[in-house]
This record gives sequence, structure tokens and C-alpha cells, in this order.
Amino acid sequence: MATFLQQLINGIAQGGMYALIALGYTMVYGIVELINFAHGDVFTLGSFLCIAILALLGVSASGQVIGGWQGALIALLVILLAALLCGVVGVLIERFAYRRLRNAPRLAPLITAIGVSFLLQGVMRNWKGPSEISFPQFLPNPTFSYGGVHIDARELLVVVVSIAMMIALQLFIYNTKLGKAMRASAQDRDAAQLMGINVNSTIAWTFFIGSALAGVAGFISGMYFGTTMFTNGYQAGLKAFTAAVLGGIGNIAGAMLGGFLIGIVEAMTAQYISDQWTNVVVFSILVLILVLRPSGLLGEQLPEKV
Amino acid sequence: MSAGERSLRARVRLPLGIGEVQAWQALGLVAIIALFVFYPLIDRNQGDVSSVADAGYFLLLVFGLNIVVGFAGLLDLGYAAFFAIGAYAYAMVASTQFNLHFNFWPMLILSGCVAALFGVILGFPTLRLRGDYLAIVTLGFGEIVPQVFLNLDKYTGGPNGISNVDQPVLFGYHFGFNPVPYYYLYLVVALISLVLLNNLKHSRLGRAWMAIREDELAATHMGVNPVTTKLLAFAMGASFAGLAGCIYAAKLTLISPDEFNFSVSVTVLSAIVLGGMGSLTGAFIGGLLLAVLNFKVLPQVTNWTHALGAALHNEAVQNLDLHYIIYGLILVLVMLFRPEGLVSTASRRAELHHAQPAASAAAAGVE
Repeated sequence: MATFLQQLINGIAQGGMYALIALGYTMVYGIVELINFAHGDVFTLGSFLCIAILALLGVSASGQVIGGWQGALIALLVILLAALLCGVVGVLIERFAYRRLRNAPRLAPLITAIGVSFLLQGVMRNWKGPSEISFPQFLPNPTFSYGGVHIDARELLVVVVSIAMMIALQLFIYNTKLGKAMRASAQDRDAAQLMGINVNSTIAWTFFIGSALAGVAGFISGMYFGTTMFTNGYQAGLKAFTAAVLGGIGNIAGAMLGGFLIGIVEAMTAQYISDQWTNVVVFSILVLILVLRPSGLLGEQLPEKV
Repeated sequence: MSAGERSLRARVRLPLGIGEVQAWQALGLVAIIALFVFYPLIDRNQGDVSSVADAGYFLLLVFGLNIVVGFAGLLDLGYAAFFAIGAYAYAMVASTQFNLHFNFWPMLILSGCVAALFGVILGFPTLRLRGDYLAIVTLGFGEIVPQVFLNLDKYTGGPNGISNVDQPVLFGYHFGFNPVPYYYLYLVVALISLVLLNNLKHSRLGRAWMAIREDELAATHMGVNPVTTKLLAFAMGASFAGLAGCIYAAKLTLISPDEFNFSVSVTVLSAIVLGGMGSLTGAFIGGLLLAVLNFKVLPQVTNWTHALGAALHNEAVQNLDLHYIIYGLILVLVMLFRPEGLVSTASRRAELHHAQPAASAAAAGVE
């Protein structure tokens, strides 16, 4: 039982990370119907930026621990800066690679997204080299134990941050003017435009928020795993995208649910079947769920437009 | 118009269902085929011939995926799975793995058939799915298949893959490690495929695929059976990957699961979209372009920056790896300036340029 609970906790922590990245996928998809393949790489860029910012602040991977309010302040500053920079990168990507293609054939922006993904990977590879790099573990990491089950502060951080982000996003989308504009643009772009919504800036804001969340995920992932690599975004992005589709793409709570589900399935497969089969199990479950519910777990079943 | 010019514009009827073209187009076609036929005689560098031969498997993959994505409009992001299935189908029965040594030529056809079978099996659960949900499920299959090959190490050699794959023998002639016979094998298969695909495109089935692509609901109401039409697209598309995998395994004599990852699927898809969706000429040009770029030009760029850095004694320049930066930029720029692809059919162009003025007018009106 203790093993099961332990794996459940590991899975939830891992899933929280997927969920955080999936939020960006799902927001962008909901509004422009584009699989933003570059999103996973923006997430990795977030980790890279955090390392650079920490280096500027004098925090390196030497294992020094900064406790108390000082550590919290540094963490907060790094998260905010990384989120801001990633958000700006996201807006630039949208402006230069996607906006012109908004009315082009569906696959054209998909290919530019893949191109941007290669571009970002190439830039990161040249920036920090082709091997794994370590992420400074500067926060204290106390472990809480109860009945043989351990939770450490990092795992708590992932879960708390991802759930907080989802709630904040949900509140933002349903309670602010910009959120309303996003929902309107997602439903019918032309009609939204006729109602006086500036669709271009709304879409730019969507990319900003989605990419900023990827930046936050970049920090959390760095703290959780302790390392990062320029190709990390591929696997993480793949799982996050799967999470978004599993939950019903375009649906924020769905992305969250999908993320946690995939994280838990992975942890359980690794524990009870074998480490090697995690991807096979995850994607088989995905196929099964989509065959039974073609629009995902929480997605609406829309009638086809004629 | 001079007499010469007039004769260049005269219409010629070509055999094998290619149809009627103008004389200069026919001449161009003959010249291109001749260039490919004589290429290994002109370029005596075995390394060059080998990379151009490798473009052959890539072209076959592009042709196959063009059926699924280009003709039938089904977005498949896991096409490399069928390439892997074809390669393993041959390697498992023609190597020291089980000490089976099946003949290459029947296995070439059989690998195509095995891949086609898996095309149907994997295509079946996706029939109800649309658009991007289909894309993610195929992407899932693309992840599952190589991992299965990786994990079933009793049969597939696990991460080491299968080595000592048998090389083809034709009428007593051993292909060996000489790239030239593989080059001609690819050329023959590619030419036959092009003729077949050209006929297929204009057949009843080809028109059904395009009808499904343009509007599935309308096509169904016109009497097109979506189930068989889609499954045939998956099967026929996969069979090309199976063929390509079989020759690939025989030429390399060594295959391992990590050669069939997502980036293969993505590169093949990029070639199709870059060339111009649904057009055979486009698929050919896009495939050739990306193959040359990835196998020849971009690795060369890395060598250049390395040499430049060594000459300048600058370590930063020496370690520069521009491969993916340039590749990414090319994908982005081509799509930005030619969203319909390098070769676009008249109907597709019309569709695009009709849609654009209305959209930009709407944008101008509001802001």
C-alpha cells in the first residue's frame, strides 16, 4: 500500500508538470486550432533561461542552499523573469511564424511550428552544448514522511504550482475582459472581430500566457529533475500534448486531468509492469480513450458543421 | 511563333497513363530520367552515390505518405512506424538473428504487404477520429511501434537492433556494400511507384480519396464508402514505407529502433507540405530537396563551420552546429512565402487566393 501511495505521489508530481505544459498547448489550440509543436521547446528554453538568470544572480550548480525568505525571493524573481521572457518569445513566434498563415492551408502553420521547434533546439544546443546540464538546486528540500510514504518539498512545489496556475487561468478566462475576448475569438474569429474585439492582440496575449506558463514549468521541471537538455522539450511536449488531447483539447480542466492521468499511469507502469513499457502503455490508453470518446474525456461532442 | 517553338508546344501523348503533355515537358521528363539513370556513371564518388541512393528510401516514404496526407487528407504523424515494420519484417527473416535467410526479392513484396496489413490494423481505430485527434493517435502509434521493437529484445535484438542483414543477390550478382546497385534498385522502384501513383490519383479510388479530403460528409453522401476508402489509403501508404524499409535494411545491413523516431515522420511530412500537398511533382521535388538538404548539404555546413573555427582558432565557431537552425529557418521561410507549397495545383492556388482577400478585408475593417 505504501508503494502504491508513493507511486501515486510521484505520478501526481510528474503529471503536474505535464499539466502545466499542456495548459499552453490547449489554450493555443483552443483559439487558433494549431498544434504548436514549438511549445515543448519554449518550455526547455524556460529551464535554460532560469539557469542563466540564476547565474546572473550568483547562484550556480555548486549545491549551495539558500533558505528562508531569501531563497523564496530568488525563486519568485527567477520564475517571473523566465515566465516574462518565455512569454515574449511566444509572442514573437506567433507574430513571425504563425500570424501570416492564419488563413493558409491547415498544414502550413504546422510545418512552421516544426521549423520553429528545430530552430529553438538548434539555438539551445549552441548555447549550452549538446549534453545534459545541471540545474542549481538552491532551495532547501525537506522531506515529509507519514507511514512509509515520503513527499519532498519539490514534489509539493510542482503540485501546488500547477493547481494554482490552473485555477488562476480558469478565473482569468471566465472573469476578465481579455478572457472573454479569448473565448469569443475561439468560438468564431470573424464574429468576434465584428463585435470590436482586436483578434490579433487577443491571440498574441494567448501565446504570451501559454508560453509564460511553459516558462514556469521550465523552472519547476529544473527544480524537480535537477537537469535539463536541449532536446527535453520533445518528450515533455509530446506527453503534454497527449495530456491536452486526452482531456479534450481546448479545455483547461481537461488538460489538467489529462496531465495528472498520464503522470499517474506512467508511475504505475514503471512500478508494476516495467520502466520500458511506459510509453507503450500511455499511448495505448490514449488510443483506447479516443476510440471510445473521440473528443477526449472532457471535450464537447460537437455535431459536424455542414 | 517559329516552327521550332511550335513543335516544342505540340502535344505529345505519353504511355503508361502519364497522358498528354507538351513536347518540351516530355523532353524535360526524358532529360531528368536520363540524368538519374546516368548519374552513377558521371559521379564516381561512392559516398555521393550512396547519399543519393539514401534519398531513394526517403522519396519512397514521401510517396507513401503523400497518399495518406496528400490524397486522402488524413494527417499521419507516426508514419515512421510502417518504415520500421518493413525494415524489421525483412531483417528478422534474413539475418543471423534467427538464422533464417529468406530471399530478398519475395521479401521486398512481402515487407510491403506486412506494412500494409499494419496500416489497416492501426488505421482501423482511427476511422471515427477527425483532424488533430487522428494526428495524435497516429503519433501515438509512431511512439509505440519503435518502443515495442526496442523492448522485445528476444526477437529484435533490443537497443542493438539486428545486424548482419542479408544483402540482395540478383541472378548471381551480389549487391554487397557497393551503393550503385542499391541506387538503381531505388530508381526502378521509385519510377514504377510514380507511374502507379499517377494512375492511382486519377482512378476512381484516387478521386474518392480527394473527395474525402475535401469534404468527408459530402463524399459519403455521394456514395463514397469512407471506411474502405480510408483503410485503402492507410494500407497503400504504409506499403510504400514497407518497401522502403526492406531496401533500407538490406543496404545498411544494420537496423536499430531509434532510427525510426518521430523526426523521420516529421521530415517526411515536411517534404510533402513543402513540395505542395497532393501533387506528385511536388512530393518528388519536396522529397528530393529535403533529402539533399539533410543528407548532404547541412552535414557539410557543420564541417565548414568546424573547419572555419579550426582556421580561426576560435573554439566557439568550431563547436557551432547550424544544422537544425538552418533547417528550421528553411521550413519556416518556405511556408511563410509559399503556404501552398513549392508546386501547387491550379485548383489549390485558386482556393487560397480566393480566401485571402475576404479575410484581410475583414481584418482591415475592424482595426
